[in-house]
Amino acid sequence: MNYETHEHDVLIIGAGGAGLRAAVEVSAQGLSVGVVSKSLLGKAHTVMAEGGIAAAMANVDAKDSWQTHFCDTMKGGKFLNNWRMAQLHAQEAPDRIRELEEWGALFDRTPEGEILQRAFGGHTWKRLCHVGDRTGLEMIRTLQDKGVHSGINIYMELTIFRLLKDGDKIAGAIGYWRQTGEFVVFKTKAIVLATGGAGKAYQITSNSWECTGDGHALAYEAGAELIDMEFFQFHPTGMVWPPGVKGLLVTEGVRGEGGLLANNKGERFMKRYDPKMMELSTRDMVARSIYTEVKEGRGSPHGGVFLDISHLPAERVKKKLPSMYHQFKELADVDITREPMEVGPTAHYIMGGVRVDAETGLSTLPGLFACGEVAGGMHGANRLGGNSLSDLLVFGRRAGAGAVEYARKLNSSPTLDTGEVEKAAKDMEAPFLRSSGENPYKIHRELQESMQSLIGIFRTEEDLKKGIGKSEELKHRTEKVAATGDRAYNPGWHLVGDLKSLLIVSDAVARAALTRKESRGAHSRLDYPNLDEKLGKLNVAVAEKNGAMNISTSPVPETPEELKKLLAENT
Amino acid sequence: MPDVIFKVFRGDTKGGQAVEYPVPIAPGMVVLDAILYIQGHLAPDLAVRWNCKAAKCGSCSAEVNGRPALMCKTRLDALTEGRPITVYPMKTFPVIKDLVCDVSWNYEVNKKIPPYQPAKDGRKIYQEDVDRVQEFRKCIECFLCQDVCHVLREHEKKAEFAGPRLFVRLAGLEMHPNDATNRSEFLKNSSGLGLCNITKCCTEVCPEDIHITDNAIIPLKERVADRFFDPLRWVFRKIFGKK
Repeated sequence: MNYETHEHDVLIIGAGGAGLRAAVEVSAQGLSVGVVSKSLLGKAHTVMAEGGIAAAMANVDAKDSWQTHFCDTMKGGKFLNNWRMAQLHAQEAPDRIRELEEWGALFDRTPEGEILQRAFGGHTWKRLCHVGDRTGLEMIRTLQDKGVHSGINIYMELTIFRLLKDGDKIAGAIGYWRQTGEFVVFKTKAIVLATGGAGKAYQITSNSWECTGDGHALAYEAGAELIDMEFFQFHPTGMVWPPGVKGLLVTEGVRGEGGLLANNKGERFMKRYDPKMMELSTRDMVARSIYTEVKEGRGSPHGGVFLDISHLPAERVKKKLPSMYHQFKELADVDITREPMEVGPTAHYIMGGVRVDAETGLSTLPGLFACGEVAGGMHGANRLGGNSLSDLLVFGRRAGAGAVEYARKLNSSPTLDTGEVEKAAKDMEAPFLRSSGENPYKIHRELQESMQSLIGIFRTEEDLKKGIGKSEELKHRTEKVAATGDRAYNPGWHLVGDLKSLLIVSDAVARAALTRKESRGAHSRLDYPNLDEKLGKLNVAVAEKNGAMNISTSPVPETPEELKKLLAENT
Repeated sequence: MPDVIFKVFRGDTKGGQAVEYPVPIAPGMVVLDAILYIQGHLAPDLAVRWNCKAAKCGSCSAEVNGRPALMCKTRLDALTEGRPITVYPMKTFPVIKDLVCDVSWNYEVNKKIPPYQPAKDGRKIYQEDVDRVQEFRKCIECFLCQDVCHVLREHEKKAEFAGPRLFVRLAGLEMHPNDATNRSEFLKNSSGLGLCNITKCCTEVCPEDIHITDNAIIPLKERVADRFFDPLRWVFRKIFGKK
């Protein structure tokens, strides 16, 4: 079998905010680093982040502090978060932002010449540093330019489909160039997964085609543990019309800037669900409220609710929310400076992911690190808006440093098992060897329908079991799909690999959801509508055992006394 | 609603031709919806680049009815009715397969641009300092401006001309309130700035409405002229040794 081989001390899979930040760190510490990206550089899902990046810089609200940010994050996550991650995140986010600025990023400014911060759901103070509503673009372009000039090796449009091990530790990975379909093997001491989320498991999602849970699946297959997979965040405000843009994100920045939610009776319904926080309640709460309003017949014409910012001066709307203005004007014929938007929940972010060590991002598998959305623990049962971009920077840097430390301590370079390489390549080629078989796109559509209707915002045991049965069926059908055409830039073939990942993630979400017999954060069980104190102290973990998905629970890391005191004072 | 015929380029480096596909139409549909329908139902191996489908990533650039455009932003109801809609890859870059072309050249040129270096720490930056630069930083790197620029498209001067996208990047660096890098030599000798004869085609196709010619290219040309061809400044530099 033919394949090219590359060798790096550290291989980073994913070139979004987390992957690029990790790569910059590895390079700064003097090790050789390769970054693999499924897409072109600068197109990762980070580019779509709109509202801002959370950090207690106290530029606008002087009372803000890391302590308050920590408490907000834990409260938003329903105290299921890894406390140490939440603490590190709150403490280090301001430095990571100042660092971005030093690398050339230009945020919106206060009249005093500091970085401007805006209000967001669940944050006590105005905390989100932003650039209008294109914060993610600013971040990724800054990291991209920093990375390009830091001696990082970038492999664009290359898809990794299996991690390779030497005994019980990481030794490399195998993938293929999308442009030619040719296989590529990487030999490496450590791998950092920075592959983002898995929104493409759902029909209505804000996620781009890339978000297929690759890292979750790669880690799972290599034997690492995933946690908190039952927590999938539905962003309250996605577009609902026209059909082609259903699910497209409407930034929380609209509500942060003063946007109001109303049902078809003109009632600000949030007063019935969270009278204190109203529109700026946490995402899980707002999403459930909107869903309930629609279900009970108080929705807008296209099955959403109304979000209105037209009471602000038109110029201010265009200045602070330019992408939203253009998005609605061009795609939905709605002028948001004059009329309300129609919005509804959209699958947005997975809180669950690879179980990692808070300080280093090390997973339960030696040599495998994870950061950003693919890592679990930081956000607990529900993520606050703005905490994702800061997560990428704080833990991207930490995972990069962790991988460097690990690689340096390794006594000898791991060796690759050629048998394992050839087996992985053969499995990937299999869809071309079948003369007939189903179209993978059809299977993907069925998975999305099943996840949407059975494993969405509200769940029951009956639906979850049905969903698990469906994904079992789809798994068997995926094993028999055929790819047509040749290997060069073949999206149908690519989807076969994506489907395998999506099915692992979907299965993990459903099985973990079945285990958590309570309602907490983004996980709402109609058959168990209340919080369960005992379950509130447990993480649900998913790992492969003898070829089957094994579910277990483990205690949430105990918060130290001084932070417990802090939480008691602040919540 | 009735089907619309799409004529989509299918081929690779060795050549190819347009293939017709009937696509059912829904309200508010964009060209990328149609391409993804074809991929999902009729031709699973149809190659196309796309990511966000929200005009934020700049991946789905193509030529629709002969006009360079983002497919995710091109509404079918804005195109002429009653005839097939043609979709071709960008002409200025070599085709890899179907609608995907090789844009790696842009990344190579970008690497040669002298990077940002901060002037000093702790400097206050005011909104009026950044307004101008923020326009350039809106760029989503769709490369439509590169595709439409005749210096690259007709005259194929990729070896000596960086093109509008990279002039926007250069302008963003040059006008950054805290940048300390001297790019004069690069601008004058390597960027090919002088080859631009300000026909403004780039500005017209920019999906982010960046005034590429007026706000980026012309001010850069003026900088080069001031720096190298202004006799008073030359004398001033000789005496005071400033850059």
